[in-house]
Amino acid sequence: MPQEMSGAEIVLKALADQGVEHIFGYPGGAVLPIYDELFQQEKVKHILVRHEQGAAHAAEGYARSTGKCGVLLVTSGPGATNAVTGLTDALMDSVPLVCITGQVPTHLIGNDAFQECDTVGITRPCTKHNYLVKDVNELARIMHEAFYVAMHGRPGPVVVDIPKDIQFAKGKYIGPTNIQHKTYRPQVKGDQMLIREAVEAIAHAKRPVFYTGGGVVNSGRKASQLLREFVKLTGYPITSTLMGLGAYPASDPQWLGMLGMHGTYEANLAMHDCDVMINIGARFDDRITGKLDQFSPNSRKVHVDIDPASINKTVRADIGIIGDCGHVLEDMIRVWKNRQPTVDKQGLKQWWQQIGTWKSRDCLRYRHNKDIIMPQYAIERLYALTKDRDVYITTEVGQHQMWAAQFYKFEQPNRWMTSGGLGTMGYGLPATVGVQVAHPDALVIDIAGDASVLMTMQEMSTAVQYHLPVKIFILNNQYMGMVRQWQQLLHGNRLSESYMDSLPDFVKLAEAYGCVGIRCEKPADLDNAITEMISVNRPVIFDCRVANLANCFPMIPSGKAHHEMLLGEDVPDDDAAPVVSAEGKVLV
Amino acid sequence: MDASSKPLNDKGLQPPASAYFMDSRKQTPETHTLCVIVDNEPGVLARVIGLFAGRGYNIESLTVSETSHEKHVSRITIVTTGTPNVLAQIRSQLERLVPVHSVADLSVIGNAIEREMALVKVAGKGDKRVEALRLAEAFRARVIDATTESFIFELTGKVEKIEHFILLMVPLGLVEVSRTGVAAISRGADAMKV
Repeated sequence: MPQEMSGAEIVLKALADQGVEHIFGYPGGAVLPIYDELFQQEKVKHILVRHEQGAAHAAEGYARSTGKCGVLLVTSGPGATNAVTGLTDALMDSVPLVCITGQVPTHLIGNDAFQECDTVGITRPCTKHNYLVKDVNELARIMHEAFYVAMHGRPGPVVVDIPKDIQFAKGKYIGPTNIQHKTYRPQVKGDQMLIREAVEAIAHAKRPVFYTGGGVVNSGRKASQLLREFVKLTGYPITSTLMGLGAYPASDPQWLGMLGMHGTYEANLAMHDCDVMINIGARFDDRITGKLDQFSPNSRKVHVDIDPASINKTVRADIGIIGDCGHVLEDMIRVWKNRQPTVDKQGLKQWWQQIGTWKSRDCLRYRHNKDIIMPQYAIERLYALTKDRDVYITTEVGQHQMWAAQFYKFEQPNRWMTSGGLGTMGYGLPATVGVQVAHPDALVIDIAGDASVLMTMQEMSTAVQYHLPVKIFILNNQYMGMVRQWQQLLHGNRLSESYMDSLPDFVKLAEAYGCVGIRCEKPADLDNAITEMISVNRPVIFDCRVANLANCFPMIPSGKAHHEMLLGEDVPDDDAAPVVSAEGKVLV
Repeated sequence: MDASSKPLNDKGLQPPASAYFMDSRKQTPETHTLCVIVDNEPGVLARVIGLFAGRGYNIESLTVSETSHEKHVSRITIVTTGTPNVLAQIRSQLERLVPVHSVADLSVIGNAIEREMALVKVAGKGDKRVEALRLAEAFRARVIDATTESFIFELTGKVEKIEHFILLMVPLGLVEVSRTGVAAISRGADAMKV
């Protein structure tokens, strides 16, 4: 006989049965019954954030650094609408989240009740799926289904909207083992014929390149190991999107660095000139492809993706394989080993020589300065002083994010948390909260910008409350740097509203929150200051004063293709305007 | 050509630009009929329509009804236009929706039967009224309501036939039209996967 319990008890029981240890949330009228249950149990620990957007990003950080599902709990109305940015971010970057929202009692829905909003209506386009629970006897099934949908196939956020009367009502509970979703069965195993065809194409390549993405990370640790094995077996070069960093070790000689708008010269030129492109778990995003009709014009493209809608969406795949990266890689390795193909050694040698020529351009080179900290230098030093530790990096969005992706080298997956698809300024600080909750003994650093970090600064208070020693490493140039860079390149150097001349004193701000503030202004002091930041076992805000006008290169300017990259040496920082073509300027 | 060589605008400034890449669509649009089998749960139609609105797809016609009451399964028939790429994307995006069982592009299968029903109200007297009735017979439309000054015709058939009939009724006193949208089914013994 199923037990009778209240809706609120069912929620907590379902969370516990799903193995959830931590949830992030903020109470309010329409979720009080659930908070009351939370108070009376020990299994699920609640982290009280300061804003619901922070709860969503913290849950994302938690999910991305562990491979588990992130969970947040918010109230109706403003609680739900505040979470929307985080839900959209999770949808764009395929992060599994379950978001429980309170709702006004069933009889008041549609009445414009206090703190009512149409949560399922608002979140329908920004979730993978959502539910409004109208019967307490459906609640247990919906809770378990929500986790199933969030975690299976291409991961994403799922909202469960629970009216207050349903939280009080008594109903039956069923465990997760008794639930099977009616329709949702994503295909994980790739088509064997296509896999053999793909391996054949890969084996015959003269100028191959692996182009991998967040799908490999999402597929789990084993997928990253299989990727390494397959790349080693072939001896081919590999590049990755922003989301895929860490799936392949950056220290490996086959690694070309990140590709895309601010990717390396060698990665982008390899993409442009390759004859076989092996896309594993990436989606041909517009920041990657540049001008579509000139994107890698002469290559056969193999595309492995768990989401059928990603295949042939923007770039036509010659061999499109629907399936989970891990499963498909496993099959590819097996087929490769059975076939024992002889690769074109001569062709590959030439290809690597060509790549070596591109590499020798040293595209990430920047002008060093004795008196002013260059932002690139700050990240290089941060990397050098933290790389041997158990470290997790999050970022905000902008120049600092691209520099972090270029200069911080990742050896393992799940170590890099950034907002790629949505580009959410304010992601990084709350994400560190989630990461640190999941990994209490690790070193968790948000590489931040001065503008982004102020968007969710209030979560420092959360970090202090739960003794989470997160490090907020702000590259402070007093500009919205990427906005300014685009204004310089695209808007005739008219710097409209991108200067922040009234920033807070970040050291005093840190002290006001009850954490530690460190400021560094000279390159010579940087190592000591970073070492101090690491050694403090408390939350730190690090105000790293960097060159105000440094810009982020290399860059594919708008309207250009991969082979028309702009290198830093081509562009004096104060005269960046004349580099975008007129054609490029016409684009939206 | 450099940005600097682009003509300045009337304020003497360089014209603005963007960093989004665009490519021009060179394919020509086609009209296709899609059948979507869904769980008949609250909000499912909003998901389907929201997908079309949110991603900028067209809906020419939309017909929905529960087709299996025991299984709570509905069938949605959508007539849409788009380039072959967009049509393939629409299909993949529909299949991604969690409550969607299956999607069939009947125009690709190629042997589908498509029918629509229309109720057409025509008001008039004298010759026009007689002519309307005569045409209705020619089109095999049924008279389902009549007054001394009006008829309501019920007409079933292909979209083109209904369009044509309505066009003919305009000079004869067309007052109001209600159309169901297209229902479609493939020929032969095979059924769509539920």
